[in-house]
Amino acid sequence: MSQIHVSTTLNGDPVEYLCEPDETLLDVLRDRLGLTGSKEGCGSGDCGACSVTVDGRLVCSCLVLGAEAQDREIETIEGVAQGENLHPLQQKILDHAALQCGVCTPGFIVAAKALLERNPDPSETEVRYWLAGNLCRCTGYDKIVRAVMDAAQEMRGA
Amino acid sequence: MLDKTKDPVAERDFKVVGTRPVRPDGVDKVTGRARFGADISAPGMLVGKVKRSPHAHAKLVSIDTEKALALPGVKAVVTRDDFAENKKQCDVLRNIMAREKVLYDGHAVAAVAATSATVARKALKLIEVEYDVLPHVIDVDEAMKPGAPLLHDDMITKGVDPEPETASNIAQRYEFGHGDVEKGFAEADVVVERDFKTAAAHQGYIEPHACLASFTPDGQGELWCCTQGHYAIRGFCADLLGMDISKLRVTASEIGGGFGGKTTVFLEPLALALSRKTGRPVKMVMSREEVFRASGPTASTSSRVKVGATKDGKITAGEAEFRYQGGAFKGSPVQFGAMCAFACYALENVKTVGYDVVTNRPKQAAYRAPGAPMAAFAVESVIEELAVELSIDPVELRLINAAEEGDQSSFGPTFPRIGLVETLEATKAHEHFSAPLGPNQGRGIASGYWFNFGGATSVSLNIQPDGTVALAVGTPDIGGSRASMSLMAAEELGIAYEKVKAIVADTASLGYNEVSHGSRVTFASGLATIEAARNAKKILCARAAKMWEIPEEAVEWVDGHARPAGANAGDFEPMSLADIAKVAEQTGGPISGHQEHNASGAGASFATHMVDVEVDPETGRAHVVRYTAVQDAGKAIHPSYVEGQFQGGAAQGVGWALNEEYIYNDDGRLENPGFLDYRIPVCSDLPMLDTVIVEVPNPGHPYGVRGVGETGIVPPMAAIANAVSAAAGVRMTELPMSPPKLLKAINAKKANGSA
Repeated sequence: MSQIHVSTTLNGDPVEYLCEPDETLLDVLRDRLGLTGSKEGCGSGDCGACSVTVDGRLVCSCLVLGAEAQDREIETIEGVAQGENLHPLQQKILDHAALQCGVCTPGFIVAAKALLERNPDPSETEVRYWLAGNLCRCTGYDKIVRAVMDAAQEMRGA
Repeated sequence: MLDKTKDPVAERDFKVVGTRPVRPDGVDKVTGRARFGADISAPGMLVGKVKRSPHAHAKLVSIDTEKALALPGVKAVVTRDDFAENKKQCDVLRNIMAREKVLYDGHAVAAVAATSATVARKALKLIEVEYDVLPHVIDVDEAMKPGAPLLHDDMITKGVDPEPETASNIAQRYEFGHGDVEKGFAEADVVVERDFKTAAAHQGYIEPHACLASFTPDGQGELWCCTQGHYAIRGFCADLLGMDISKLRVTASEIGGGFGGKTTVFLEPLALALSRKTGRPVKMVMSREEVFRASGPTASTSSRVKVGATKDGKITAGEAEFRYQGGAFKGSPVQFGAMCAFACYALENVKTVGYDVVTNRPKQAAYRAPGAPMAAFAVESVIEELAVELSIDPVELRLINAAEEGDQSSFGPTFPRIGLVETLEATKAHEHFSAPLGPNQGRGIASGYWFNFGGATSVSLNIQPDGTVALAVGTPDIGGSRASMSLMAAEELGIAYEKVKAIVADTASLGYNEVSHGSRVTFASGLATIEAARNAKKILCARAAKMWEIPEEAVEWVDGHARPAGANAGDFEPMSLADIAKVAEQTGGPISGHQEHNASGAGASFATHMVDVEVDPETGRAHVVRYTAVQDAGKAIHPSYVEGQFQGGAAQGVGWALNEEYIYNDDGRLENPGFLDYRIPVCSDLPMLDTVIVEVPNPGHPYGVRGVGETGIVPPMAAIANAVSAAAGVRMTELPMSPPKLLKAINAKKANGSA
């Protein structure tokens, strides 16, 4: 089978690549484009470590084909900070020590950002259910939930 | 509470230690820059994949790689024939690549290196393996029975006198204790005896095992991998590949969770062997399915516990037998289980026996306080039942019998200063202790113990010309330890935290460092960091003395400055670390401090957990609604990361208690090798996890530090079982307490009640 040519927008920039028909978006990001911030924790959509948004919709990039990104807008963890300025979610995760190993952290940030874009004032329960697709084995989620609630409050005030 | 006058450590006023700054590796981890095991590539890199056994137990008759090697893009295949017999690493060798037999579903039989993952996967299918399938055994009790399928024909049980004449699946028997338990039970007014079972749980780190190996034609190797101990990996790999240790340089990547599971080798020797054969870098990454099937979960266990007490709550005897299966090779953590089981209590009569058993499952790997949680689940469940029978509050019952300084532990040594009583007092004082419960809710309490380790440690602290400090440690950072190391270095040197940056150095850059395990890092690397800083301070003072032309003894280090030690020493303006560093070239050259030692004096950490669980009587679902973890940290260097350890241990305990288990079918194949069916707690499963940091200083550390990483998983299963029991009115003795099991117990109780 020949490779497929894809034109897409990645973190605001136009990008072109060739990929296998059965190659996931996650593999394209990591292996072809060098964006290793999205992680493969399971490859089956159960852990959320590969969370990205496609046209603003939160997805597991291990469940999306690279070919499906044609004419879409893809946002990854690498596009969350603006230059030297961290996103409030990134800063609050650091301030609350809401990470231990940090391998799930990019997925949590991408997922939480998608939540706050839809719901700037989520309840603790809403945060917990929205983030239920992102597994963290280190923290017990306590500090992550607090960081997201704190970031939401700061973003509402800003 | 603490008497500070007796305690120079507790009296000390810390300036930096105890604050909560952002960790040195923080920004890298929130922006996606941090490079974990699978995040690196090399020019000309090949992809390595492993062919694994579909059988639980079979003779490995033949392996034919011819067709695979003929596939375009395939560069090499390795099998058992590529690894020499190794008496020293006999089991490790057989675990990374099956030899005479495959011993579990997922056991590696061959590995291939190819130009792409697609080609490698195709090649795996072309490797032809002939098996002679044998009967298998999965359950620990079944494996111990006479006539059970034997894994190793030559396994003669150790620790039994006289030595058995025939082979069995029991690798070793252990016994601990003192006094006379029969006499103790005779003195008891109440005796509770129960049987318990726990399922195998996986560490469940989110990052699968991954490595990149590169071997050059002159026999030098480089390895990048996610590991808790790159020095240990170097040792295993050099041994298995028959090379000098100094020719293999291992760099620890950022590690995406380990919890004990990344303390040994799986892919690493295979990747090196493939790289040696091809002369090209080889990258290998496990799938999640491979992580479950072929890396080590913890042991599943079966046990019997018997405890007797007088009417006023004094425990007169404790006795237990533990049977742990640790998978296909000897080395289950039953010894630790048997040692920790009664460690919380000062007992006159105590006896524990442990059996290390092999079964057709992946070889277990360490999992957070290995062996202790299963024993604590059993013992602390019985203690709770005893409290109910005696109508004594469970915390009071524990206080009556709690181990304290000077008591002989149930496994032998006498305890130095420990903080169990303080955790129990703090639990009682917590608002949660007396908070009202809702309908179908119950509260459970349990305590736990873990030894904590020290061990071989090397640290180098380099003072830079601009007055900042580069601190190199050799213990991979699995939970924020670089922040703790930087805090301790800053505290000792009297400079700002921001002036210190800690890194994890590779195996060529520092002396040997034991694995990041045993809750040892903040204690042992911390101790070495403090000593390294003290050594650097001596040099800083000597340099100031040289400039001032006074004797070295006349200079002291106070508040980050060298200054004359007294009026007689002379009148000189104190010099800061930066002042001295700036002119170091003129006063004798670069300044650094280092320390190499075997750290001893790791203080044990005790914890008491309190949990409220709500049980749905219609579905059998148990839901944790409130949780408080109280633990002795000795001294919390970075309190947020200490809390994080307590919370993480509690959350893993919730999973082990309520959901997680390895499920095997009749053919001995693992049925749930994925996060959908092996369900670890998700965000919506848990409430906030309250923590109380108790600080009873460890006399073995200058700041009083006790390791905190592991104890937090010891009490949760018992605490949750006790809460479930209180909520549902049924005593659950088997983990996990999943909805079907709990519902069955509730319905059985209803049926008995109406009968």
